Amino acid sequence: MAQATFRIWKGQGDSAGFKDFVTDATVGMVVLDAVHQIQAESDPTLACRWNCKAGKCGSCSAEINGNPRLMCMTRLDQLDLTVPVIIEPMKSFPHVRDLVTDVSWNFRVKKAIKPFKPRKPDAPDGTWRIQQQDVERVQEFRKCIECFLCQDVCHVLRDHHKHPEFAGPRHFVYTAALEMHPLDTENRLGQMKDAGGIGYCNITKCCTKVCPEHITITDNAIIPLKERVTDEYYDPITRFFKIFKTNQ
Amino acid sequence: MSEYQTHEHDVLVIGAGGAGLRAAIEASAAKVSVGLVCKSLLGKAHTVMAEGGIAAAMANVDDRDNWKVHFADTMRGGQYLNNWVMAELHAKEAPDRVKELEAWGALFDRTKDGRILQRNFGGHKYPRLAHVGDRTGLEMIRTLQDYGIHQGIEVYMEHTATTLLLDGGRVVGAFGYDRERGRFRVFKAKAIVLATGGIGRAFKITSNSWEYTGDGHALAYNAGADLMDMEFVQFHPTGMVWPPSVRGILVTEGVRGEGGRLLNNKGERFMFNDIPDLYKNQVAKDTEEGWRYVTGDKNANRPPELLTRDHVARCINREVKAGRGSPHGGVFLDIAWIKEKLPKAAEHIKKKLPSMYHQFKELANVDITQEAMEVGPTTHYVMGGVRVDGVTQMSTVPGLFAAGEVAAGLHGANRLGGNSLSDLVVFGKRAGEHAAAWAKSHGQGKVDAGQVESAAKWALAPFDRAGGENPYGVQHSLQDMMQDKVGIVRNDGDMAAAMDGLAVLRKRASAVGIDGNREYNPGWHTCLDLPNLLTVSEAVTRSALDRRESRGGHFREDFPDKSKEFSNHNTVVRKGPDGAMRLCRERIPEMRDDLKKVIEENK
Repeated sequence: MAQATFRIWKGQGDSAGFKDFVTDATVGMVVLDAVHQIQAESDPTLACRWNCKAGKCGSCSAEINGNPRLMCMTRLDQLDLTVPVIIEPMKSFPHVRDLVTDVSWNFRVKKAIKPFKPRKPDAPDGTWRIQQQDVERVQEFRKCIECFLCQDVCHVLRDHHKHPEFAGPRHFVYTAALEMHPLDTENRLGQMKDAGGIGYCNITKCCTKVCPEHITITDNAIIPLKERVTDEYYDPITRFFKIFKTNQ
Repeated sequence: MSEYQTHEHDVLVIGAGGAGLRAAIEASAAKVSVGLVCKSLLGKAHTVMAEGGIAAAMANVDDRDNWKVHFADTMRGGQYLNNWVMAELHAKEAPDRVKELEAWGALFDRTKDGRILQRNFGGHKYPRLAHVGDRTGLEMIRTLQDYGIHQGIEVYMEHTATTLLLDGGRVVGAFGYDRERGRFRVFKAKAIVLATGGIGRAFKITSNSWEYTGDGHALAYNAGADLMDMEFVQFHPTGMVWPPSVRGILVTEGVRGEGGRLLNNKGERFMFNDIPDLYKNQVAKDTEEGWRYVTGDKNANRPPELLTRDHVARCINREVKAGRGSPHGGVFLDIAWIKEKLPKAAEHIKKKLPSMYHQFKELANVDITQEAMEVGPTTHYVMGGVRVDGVTQMSTVPGLFAAGEVAAGLHGANRLGGNSLSDLVVFGKRAGEHAAAWAKSHGQGKVDAGQVESAAKWALAPFDRAGGENPYGVQHSLQDMMQDKVGIVRNDGDMAAAMDGLAVLRKRASAVGIDGNREYNPGWHTCLDLPNLLTVSEAVTRSALDRRESRGGHFREDFPDKSKEFSNHNTVVRKGPDGAMRLCRERIPEMRDDLKKVIEENK
């Protein structure tokens, strides 16, 4: 049976650093299995988040050989096991311990975004009529499992630390899902322009590349939102008519 | 006690899956202060894994459906051990709960005329499951989460409750710790709703996440509540079997709902060989009729793959044992064959079952649009749980409520697919409503410092035993034993051995130790989860030993048939005065005549 070395970020604060662990690598194994094996064999204190182990909950986000990935969906046979596999916590969030980071900022950002506000029901029994094609557009965004890998890879957050001024790709996807929801009547474009700082995004599409749900974040969520913000606030013709309207 | 941070709420909800979130939303709507404690981050609970859909007799696809048919299906699926009060309320209220989800932002797949689409599922007579592809649970939890965060609920993420605090038999709070820093917390509450889910981690092959350690079951049991129907554990027929690291991960019943067929290694569609009496009028006579059923022909009967989960799991088990299994000890589940019937089958499969496609492609190198999957039974759900009042969801301990998987009653001996998500919202709402009402009519109780101190002392004990056995070792031994001896096929000898084994494991569990500190230390957390796993394992084993028949999820090779003697009672376990587990048989109350009639009409 083959063995592999896992170089894992271990510890807290200034004393944290890489530590090597060796464990068996068997057929079909994923990185999360290796972490579990290490917990059971050599270090029960090794901290990581996980839940479903099937790519559905978005808990086990980490950086594997420098790539933001879900540990449960990264197979060992896709990695070069002749050299140590490097596993690190996400870099865009404060470190807690080992592979765990403090992602609470994301929950605060989401809470600040105006909630869903449906139009009046279409039928007397309180239900709506929506066509499948109108649902599908938004369903893509609602596939998001909140793994925050898109937040992790985004240079506006990762390198420029614009956390207070920039909501990040996850929350643009969330907002796009609300703005394009066939029943929604709220307007969040002002929020996106100001508190959300959508202008900081310069569409490098890194978020789209790392999304484990294959959501086309940049093209389908961020760019349409940017266009709507532009139409609402910066379009000269609309502005002209708005001035005209105010004067009346 | 003052040294621990204390939070005070009217209602404390433990668990933030579908049931916990729905309970918290309802309690908050009743204008009481609500705290919501969950072991993981918000939105990661096991509800996220639910795939197929939520059952509700909305009759959007087949207008013959109504609450009566749903009620009769649920009772038949549960082999009539269900709490019929709950089965009735569930069937009547599920449609409103689904519509409410839509009003809160959920986007279900649609019918041609723009209403919520419903799909076929095992044991449901008509297409009844509202769904979003095969990620319905994600849609549901996200909807409840995104609505819930604006309802003034205080959420305590990554917190674990270890002990319920009692005052003269009534529940007055909970003791626990935050996982990140390991600090102890005292939650004072007038009412507590348990919504902690199931016990799947007591078994080796399971679709359940680490969280499913029977916390709520054990919290309730230790507080003096009754646990009921614990012998009924559902082994979902289709979990992945290969490669080994993904063994147990769920393959949705939706695959069969879309026409997937089960085959043995001879290519036989073996499900046609064994049709149970209760369903003999409801099963297709051949492949052709089965296909017509899944494509919406109202005059056709269901294919046998869509019989109840207990039956399908046993048939698969039998094929494997008889040497007719797939190379890795399962059978074949084939959806690719529908290309014989549909022109754009591959696209259709990817659209209807996107996460199954994804899951097999990425984890098993299998393209389900082209080849068959290998599947076998996996521990999925526990029908048993805290015994509750069917209307209020209050347990036998005053002020303690339970909803969702942790509660018993709705599903009887076997749960129908899709009835779990509806259970969460129907009874989550009821638990929240009645917990809030209880809180309004009762003052804050007195928290006893002695109880808090002993809970804290107990929780820290593993650190005093640093160098003791690794807790994961004990957990793995327990999982191996339960899988082997109290799993899908049971008998007296194996289970008696399991009882002895549990005594040994208890000793080992009381000696586990952990190094390191209290901050995000999964080994420590596992030390504290072990007693819960042992309690539920004992409850399952004792109850299963006592039921000397086979019914629903409980199959005994030494008593392979149903027995009249066991047809009208539930098995109940509770903690005796000496601390040992006591078992008794509780007679099922006589069903109302009008409901009996409903069952007759739907035979």
